[in-house]
Amino acid sequence: MSALLTVDHLSVRFPIRTGTIWSKIVGHVHAVDDVSFTIMRGETLGVVGESGSGKTSLGLAVLRGTEPSGGSVTLAIEGRSIPVTSLDKRDLRAARQHMQMIFQDPYASLNPRMTVRDILSEPLVAGAGKGSYGSRQQIDALVVDIATKCGLSRDQLNRFPHAFSGGQRQRIAIARALVLRPALVVCDEPISSLDVSIQAQILNLLAELQQTLGLTYLFIAHDLAAVAYVCNRVAVMYLGQIVEMGTTRQVYFTPKHPYTEALMSAVPEPDPDAERRPILLSGERPDPAHPPSGCRFRTRCPYATETCAALMPPLRPAGDGHLVACHYADDLKLRGALELRGGTEAAVQTNG
Amino acid sequence: MSALAEIPVLSVNQLSIAVDNDGTPVPITDDVSFTIGRGEVLALVGESGSGKSVTALALMQLLGAGLRIARGEIVFETHDGFRTDVVRLGAKGKAIEALRGARMGMIFQEPMSSFSPIHTIGAQIAEVVQVHEKVGRAAARARAAELLGKVGIPDPVGALDRYPTEFSGGMRQRAMIARALICKPSLLIADEPTTALDVTIQGQILQLLRSLKREFGMSILFITHDLGIVAQMADRVAIMYSGRIVESGPVRDIFRHPVHPYTRALLDAVPRLGDIDRGRRIQPIAGAMPNIFDAPSGCRFHPRCPVRDMPRCAEKLPPRAEVEKHFVECIHGERELAK
Repeated sequence: MSALLTVDHLSVRFPIRTGTIWSKIVGHVHAVDDVSFTIMRGETLGVVGESGSGKTSLGLAVLRGTEPSGGSVTLAIEGRSIPVTSLDKRDLRAARQHMQMIFQDPYASLNPRMTVRDILSEPLVAGAGKGSYGSRQQIDALVVDIATKCGLSRDQLNRFPHAFSGGQRQRIAIARALVLRPALVVCDEPISSLDVSIQAQILNLLAELQQTLGLTYLFIAHDLAAVAYVCNRVAVMYLGQIVEMGTTRQVYFTPKHPYTEALMSAVPEPDPDAERRPILLSGERPDPAHPPSGCRFRTRCPYATETCAALMPPLRPAGDGHLVACHYADDLKLRGALELRGGTEAAVQTNG
Repeated sequence: MSALAEIPVLSVNQLSIAVDNDGTPVPITDDVSFTIGRGEVLALVGESGSGKSVTALALMQLLGAGLRIARGEIVFETHDGFRTDVVRLGAKGKAIEALRGARMGMIFQEPMSSFSPIHTIGAQIAEVVQVHEKVGRAAARARAAELLGKVGIPDPVGALDRYPTEFSGGMRQRAMIARALICKPSLLIADEPTTALDVTIQGQILQLLRSLKREFGMSILFITHDLGIVAQMADRVAIMYSGRIVESGPVRDIFRHPVHPYTRALLDAVPRLGDIDRGRRIQPIAGAMPNIFDAPSGCRFHPRCPVRDMPRCAEKLPPRAEVEKHFVECIHGERELAK
């Protein structure tokens, strides 16, 4: 497997302004702070974290939907590498056919005045590849093909978004993102506005499309169980930084960062007999404009010491490609998703 | 279950709520019956459009314009001998106003929209006491500060003079809980109270609700779509689908031995943390919740049901089967419950 996406020291800063007319920049929020990772072709990398952790900003910055303030994003397509962060406007438009996004709210992301057919053909007729997708018939064939793959019928194409339920709208949004046959798809909370029974439809559809179209996903979500279901690897974000990253099994079953442990313990498992030993974090996430010194999690961390306030822990290897940013990663005995629920140890040991 | 839980605080009988559709009433919940015992937590579970929130609003006569209670009774009785049928009280007048916010409290999903942004937290919480009890401003403020402390807000006295926008989402939800509990209600209606919150904050709020329930000895109607929260919070569960309760029973029975095809399908549709290892595939439910103006005949789940028996399921409502307080509305109910 080769790397499709390489993100290197990516940062996104938003200015904080005061005043209305003669506004002054009084500081910056580091929404994404020095984040690096790669995604292999055909892989799904999950990004989990709570609101304000910077996961959506990260997804947008990768596609340059928001301008990064530092670092680089590189996409490897058909043997050449596209330096996404240094492209000019025109080249960026052309590069967008390789990278697309699916948003959270299918009610807000579809134009209510366009039919499904128009929504799905717009990327083919209005994008940088204008004119290169052939005649109207050929374009329509592409539209019908992707719509069918996403579970929409041909006669639904002439209808407007309001005629569809939330789940079907999300299918339309997925079809729109895939009609250009991108290599990378950033899915930003693609199921969180949907009902439980529909979430399963969309999760399975995304998995199926990944197989048939050879897609690579950056899957951003706060639902840890859904992320476990679709992702090969997971990055955990807290206040703009990746605090832990590894295979889904590593992160879920043998977490090395106290925040990951707390997140895992907080997920309510749909089982009334599941033993619960939740680690209740005190307090809430600090103001991202004024992050704590040292480790950003230390104000809520049950294991924090003076060292944590003085030094920022780097994201460092913890064996088998598992990365963690904690001074005490080697000393802490943290519990994973199975142990926290009194599950069998066997599964954890096989992780070896 | 404790003996106290056998004494009902709330008995809802055959409640039907109708929406006015150009002059013709269309039922959006139909024949909804359930009870909540003292100190008991009942989870009302359903997806959007199932009628769970509208049922909760009806309990306090808070239905919006165009909606009305078409039939049924809502009997509310408390330990001090107070007993009333909320339906008969009507939506306006002293009697229902004395009940709302005092004997029954309610918390909502979005704490920001349930506080006024231009009044302080303290004023909005103290107001509830002053409306319902003959106490002065200072005493009401003291009570508000006490409650804010109980729900875990740091510096409760200082918090009285702050505005809702100065609070984070979790703190606002705590303040809303304080306001709902300040008159020591016998019943708390919690409509998706943690849906807008982060998972670690959700954990804090659920923990808080559990400990307050013990301290205040109140009953809770917990409305949610999250089966994980149900498993963690509820003593009993009622599953709603398209305006009807299709299955209800003790939480353990519902999770261990679900009978209604919809309940089973819901449980099969949720991914779980342990799935990475087990290779379990989640099973989506085909189709979508029916439109209330075009509800299917017979059993409303029949168009999506994997075990339907046609044409029987489309012809008339299935009978209700019961074994030891586990109720199911399905033609296979009796046979499956006996297993």
